[in-house]
Amino acid sequence: MGAIALKLVEKPSAAASGEAAVQAEVMEPEISTAAKSVPAAAQNVGGVQPGGKQSLRRGLAGEHLGEFAKAVIPPLCGMALMIGLWALVALKSGAIPGPGATWDAAGKLFADPFYSNGPNDQGIGWNVLSSLQRVGIGFGFAALVGIPLGFLLGRFAFMSRMLDPVISLLRPVSPLAWLPIGLLVFKRADPAATWTIFICSIWPMILNTAEGVRRVPQDYLNVARVLALPESKVMTSILFPAVLPYMLTGIRLSIGTAWLVIVAAEMLTGGVGIGFWVWDEWNNLKVEHIIVAIFVIGIVGLLLEQMLLLLAKRFSYESR
Amino acid sequence: MKPLVKVENVEQTFVTRQGRFTALQNINLDVFEGEVVTLIGHSGCGKSTLLNLLAGLTRPTHGVLLCDNREIAGPAPERAVVFQNHSLLPWMTCFENVMLAVERVFGRKERKAKLEARVIAALEMVHMGHARNNYPHEISGGMKQRVGIARAFAMEPRILLMDEPFGALDALTRASLQDELNGVLAKTGATVVMVTHDVDEAVLLSDRIVMLTNGPAATIGEILAVDLPRPRDRLELAHDPRFAACRASVFEFLYRKQLKQAA
Repeated sequence: MGAIALKLVEKPSAAASGEAAVQAEVMEPEISTAAKSVPAAAQNVGGVQPGGKQSLRRGLAGEHLGEFAKAVIPPLCGMALMIGLWALVALKSGAIPGPGATWDAAGKLFADPFYSNGPNDQGIGWNVLSSLQRVGIGFGFAALVGIPLGFLLGRFAFMSRMLDPVISLLRPVSPLAWLPIGLLVFKRADPAATWTIFICSIWPMILNTAEGVRRVPQDYLNVARVLALPESKVMTSILFPAVLPYMLTGIRLSIGTAWLVIVAAEMLTGGVGIGFWVWDEWNNLKVEHIIVAIFVIGIVGLLLEQMLLLLAKRFSYESR
Repeated sequence: MKPLVKVENVEQTFVTRQGRFTALQNINLDVFEGEVVTLIGHSGCGKSTLLNLLAGLTRPTHGVLLCDNREIAGPAPERAVVFQNHSLLPWMTCFENVMLAVERVFGRKERKAKLEARVIAALEMVHMGHARNNYPHEISGGMKQRVGIARAFAMEPRILLMDEPFGALDALTRASLQDELNGVLAKTGATVVMVTHDVDEAVLLSDRIVMLTNGPAATIGEILAVDLPRPRDRLELAHDPRFAACRASVFEFLYRKQLKQAA
């Protein structure tokens, strides 16, 4: 949970760096067009320096290739390194299936991801979807409670001073510690798992929203005061847009944490879900399926993160 | 002529960690309709404090401020403010930023087409009509300040309060905005109170220059009437002995009588 706790206090700087990365990607075409404009200049010089044009063009082609290589080769190297190490470990230990065996198993699994033979034997697609559903519901409730609470905390110092110690106390607790309470209250496994998601998603949302509200520049609020805008207009025209980027950072951190926690929660509660599926395949000793599941969990988490980064970029007023 | 704004015996103290701090004391000032008054003084002398009081953003500890014979009890659109750092909302286009103000002031009485015409007119007045659909981050600092001025003028305020409106701009941009403001003021006949620390700017724009003594407990030291004919041309004024005399007397006040030791 150390990593999660660290993530919770992460401020929108993370979003900023993420945006920077996205912007860098957008910038690339501009660089290449700038490079393309060079030949025009080179043509003027061409008369004086025969042959210069040709070598320049070759240089440009090389540059393009270089850009492409810089973007593609390092990630490929990383992947190759990971798969190589994995193959090596698999070869030495014998118990862990190697990349080849896992690939074959994945092929079979994804040939029919949406089969259903009763509650304990369903395709991997159903398992991922039901995990996502739990995350969605738990996270949705957390947003409904956490975002308004964050606004209150940010707007009223009393609220903030009142709730800060409570939040500081509860935030470092592993969401799984809340699972028994959920089971006790809801009597069923499914809402209990959703409940742990709710608990782990709510903190980043409260804290980031509150921080966003605190950081609304006084100038914007002064504009509202000078115009004597009604409170509803202040909310929709000034507070909400100013806080939105912070809120989206909170949402992104929440979803990331929720996706981490759901796997563990489902291992404990059972039912249909990717976490339960991992545990079930362990009981069946199908280790190659567990490795497939690790990849699936990683890829889904990555997609969630990227989706929210895109969303944040869309709503960030600085980069619009 | 009756004054539009009256400041009577105003005192402003702040409670700080080191105890009470008196920023302004015994301030008496009348601002007449159509007049351009600048407040000048060393930094920290309370010029902005006085402007905030006029805006109604803060209330005085003692004394009264009146606008149109009514007490200034809070901020109101009839006293528009141009902030030092433009304060445009970054998630709105220039058009929307001005519209926010126009809608608030005229939205109940007028139709949408009329409101839009007002916004366009205000933007055209500061030569920013072409950037109406741009976001603030897409235009330069000087252009942002123009839009800020357009927003304030679009509200048709009784008085325009400007807090070092060109302080954050480079010298050339500042000069062109000063000329532009002079033009707009000539056209509209607006009443303005402006905070500045630029002596040339004060002389170029004002009818009267209000010089504040150093804080704490700053008060009005001298008031200089600038009797230069309008329209004023920056280049001609540079050789005008009256301009030089005004400049000299403000400098005299700031650097001989009120020289700040620590700064």
